[in-house]
Amino acid sequence: MTTNLVGTPVARVEDDRFLRGLGRYVDDVLVGEQTLHAAVLRSPHAHARILDIDVDEVLDLEGVHAVWTHDDLEGPMAQPLPLLIPHPALTHGRTQYALARDEVNHVGEAIAFVVADDRYVAEDAVARIRVSYEVLPPVVGIDAARAATHLVHDDVPGNIGARLEQENGDARAAIDAAPHRLELDLTVERSACTPLEGRGTVARWDPDSGRLQVWTSTQTATGVRAAVAAKLGLDLGQVDVITPDVGGGFGVKINHPWPEELLVPLAARALGRPVKFTEDRREHFISSAHERGQVHHVEVGFDDEGRLLGLDVTFWHDHGAYTPYGLIVPIITSTQLLGPYKPEAYRVVFESLYTNTVMVTPYRGAGRPQGCFVMERTIDAIAAELGLDRADVRAANFIQPDEFPYDQGLIFQDGRELEYDSGDYPASLAKLKALVGWDEFPAFRAEMAAQGRRVGIGLACYVEGTGVGPYEGAHVHVETSGKVKVATGLTTQGQGHQTVFAQIVADALGVRFEDVEVVTGDTRRMPYAVGTFASRAAVMSGSAIHLAALRTREKALRIAADALEVDEADLEIVDGLVRVRGAVDHHLSLGTVAVLSNPLRYAFDEASKAATQFSVGDPGKPPVAEDDEPGLEGRDFYSPDRSTFASGMHAVIVETDPDTAQVRILKYAVVHDCGHLLNPMIVEGQIHGGVAQGVGGALFERMVYDEHGQLLNASFMDFLMPYVTEVPESIDIDHLETPSPLNPLGIKGAGEAGVIPSAAVCA
Amino acid sequence: MTEELHDVRLVVNGVRHDLRLPARRLLSDALRHDLGLTGTHVGCEHGVCGACTVLLDGDPVRACLMFAVSAAGGEITTVEGLAGADGTLGPVQQAFRECHGLQCGFCTPGFLTTITAGLRANPAPTHEQAREMIAGNLCRCTGYQNIVAAVERAAELGAR
Repeated sequence: MTTNLVGTPVARVEDDRFLRGLGRYVDDVLVGEQTLHAAVLRSPHAHARILDIDVDEVLDLEGVHAVWTHDDLEGPMAQPLPLLIPHPALTHGRTQYALARDEVNHVGEAIAFVVADDRYVAEDAVARIRVSYEVLPPVVGIDAARAATHLVHDDVPGNIGARLEQENGDARAAIDAAPHRLELDLTVERSACTPLEGRGTVARWDPDSGRLQVWTSTQTATGVRAAVAAKLGLDLGQVDVITPDVGGGFGVKINHPWPEELLVPLAARALGRPVKFTEDRREHFISSAHERGQVHHVEVGFDDEGRLLGLDVTFWHDHGAYTPYGLIVPIITSTQLLGPYKPEAYRVVFESLYTNTVMVTPYRGAGRPQGCFVMERTIDAIAAELGLDRADVRAANFIQPDEFPYDQGLIFQDGRELEYDSGDYPASLAKLKALVGWDEFPAFRAEMAAQGRRVGIGLACYVEGTGVGPYEGAHVHVETSGKVKVATGLTTQGQGHQTVFAQIVADALGVRFEDVEVVTGDTRRMPYAVGTFASRAAVMSGSAIHLAALRTREKALRIAADALEVDEADLEIVDGLVRVRGAVDHHLSLGTVAVLSNPLRYAFDEASKAATQFSVGDPGKPPVAEDDEPGLEGRDFYSPDRSTFASGMHAVIVETDPDTAQVRILKYAVVHDCGHLLNPMIVEGQIHGGVAQGVGGALFERMVYDEHGQLLNASFMDFLMPYVTEVPESIDIDHLETPSPLNPLGIKGAGEAGVIPSAAVCA
Repeated sequence: MTEELHDVRLVVNGVRHDLRLPARRLLSDALRHDLGLTGTHVGCEHGVCGACTVLLDGDPVRACLMFAVSAAGGEITTVEGLAGADGTLGPVQQAFRECHGLQCGFCTPGFLTTITAGLRANPAPTHEQAREMIAGNLCRCTGYQNIVAAVERAAELGAR
């Protein structure tokens, strides 16, 4: 290793273009007169049968090129959208059509698609479409779904999409035999990711090469590619999906394909012109996805020290009108609810319910904030019941450092055992208590009370399964200029992947950071990939990139050893130069090695000339050996047995105003363990943002539906996303690093962590 | 129905543009789609998020709440106009980079223009004033702590 960038706060390479206004987000692609613009007619009703759609007045409008309803769709496009993640317990999974057929099930569901010269004309056209509806009674909220007086889908009895039960031990018997028992009912409201950039897709059909190019604001380029190919009847090789800069995701952009991700490419091919769809803010509120809404009933039995003897949780998950993303969110809630604790017996059962509201797919944390909230409230209740310190009750239930790997006896979201790989929860708690001043708080509270001020303290602990499989891959290519081009297939929404992945390559390969260029989410560069979710990018692609860089290094050393006529073991790579240890002048550049790796007939550049003084390979054998290939490249994939489990604890001191109910955060402390840190500046940025989202969710944000299924606050005027004035002024962060044994860099994911306990800690 | 077009002269980042636009064309759309200056971003189109903030005759305005025809004759500065003539980052841009004041970058142009105007009016803000300066812009990624730090750092850089 010549450099040591991993673990240091390297400034981001992305920033320069963003700061100059030179980022390329999806709406910035193909700006120009050739591009046509789409708008969508969306249902004004939460539940209705479509009796008739009259588009006669639309095509008369100058500048309108197409108007489509479900009747205009054919073949796979006319079928329901895919159910991406089936599960045996999801007995009644339902997905929407690209354009509604016969029935709409939430306000905002797509009914008709218009393509016009510009968005203004497209919206004029949408306003001219006449739809006759038979309005049906809507099912709004978990209580209405459970009552099942009305059904969302006629063929889904009880509005129950799925029921899943898991048990480790005999929780009922343990609770019945416990010396103390409690019951709690807890509710978590709906919220949503609300990235500043909504959804958007641009497509261009090239009739000369028979290829489709799609730019889309997504968390999975390869997923969209497969979906577009399947729905449009194209070969995978005819579809390129390019993820441009993405203005935030937070989960909502992992769902795919959205109706517009199919309709835009279809229109581009049909009309022979580029077509663009850019979602507006109201559309994002009513036609993308929400999360969080759950109702829990907890029964718990415990001993005199507050140790959990039996824990029985029943919850109801509101999944909205459709289930394209399966049961991922409630499965995560049901398993990650356990956090760092080890109840002697645990049973959990959930029902995933249909309502006539926007569908639910993962939002940063993906069910964990709810589980964490329920578990932490339960422990607080136990502490209150026994008159014990809340921190002590937590400590009494921790999995101990010598108990790893620890099997929770459940099946996780990826179908693998819920087995924690590493962690040190007592050490985390000790750090947190010191950081927030836990033991000094009673004196502080008394001091404040003397001034007539009311303050409180909260803490919350979580464990987060990160780096979920199945795999990610990477390709590293050293050009003859010595520049290193790196590609990985998952996508980026602000996490600084171009920076951290370049750090990894610089260290592993021995090149200058400035010479590394990373591309993410472009299927032309890496067609095998899964996507960015579950805090998996650093773990999965970071590991794959590390492995691919090492393969490249191995090849460079082999070729250089041959050219320099030395032993590979005597070589090192420093700043892009392969040199003989102890004889710094005896070297050749990686660019020259790249030339030597590719026995060409033609010389193009200085590197080629430089290479002529060396000869590699056995003149008696083929120029490219049987088990070799030309080029200084390395490709590798990382596919772990199971997730790696990050953890952390938050504490907050708040002041409340009994007259206004205003809650002011006086101090916010975070202890965070994501294994080895790749870039502490970026990790802390992720924590800051996560905490802001968690505080927003706890104190300000909720989706307000009325009884008709109308979303009353579908704008930034009324949905109270925090401004600077609502978030903690500063966040004290301390890191603990318990490396993961599951991957070569010892890392765990960090993207979602900040949001998971921040609602629980404020409760 | 053919839309009536109007002659609109916009001076953007010191460059004059003569356009013929419908009266209803938003300034944000004119900048982005007619002039190709895509650095100005549209986050809500109802004036709340601040991502589309540009400077009109030096004052911050929400380009999504203004028709291009209403801005006719005005001098507009967008994020593309914040760097020095030699290409060096301006003090606010430099401060954002140093303080990790951005993640996805989508809201960033609106913060940069807002703070540029804010520091012009108040070159040495207190911590509380630095917070107030950005209290009308939404960011979903950063939690704002590093943006406040960037305001303070930009004030330092600007004072040099």
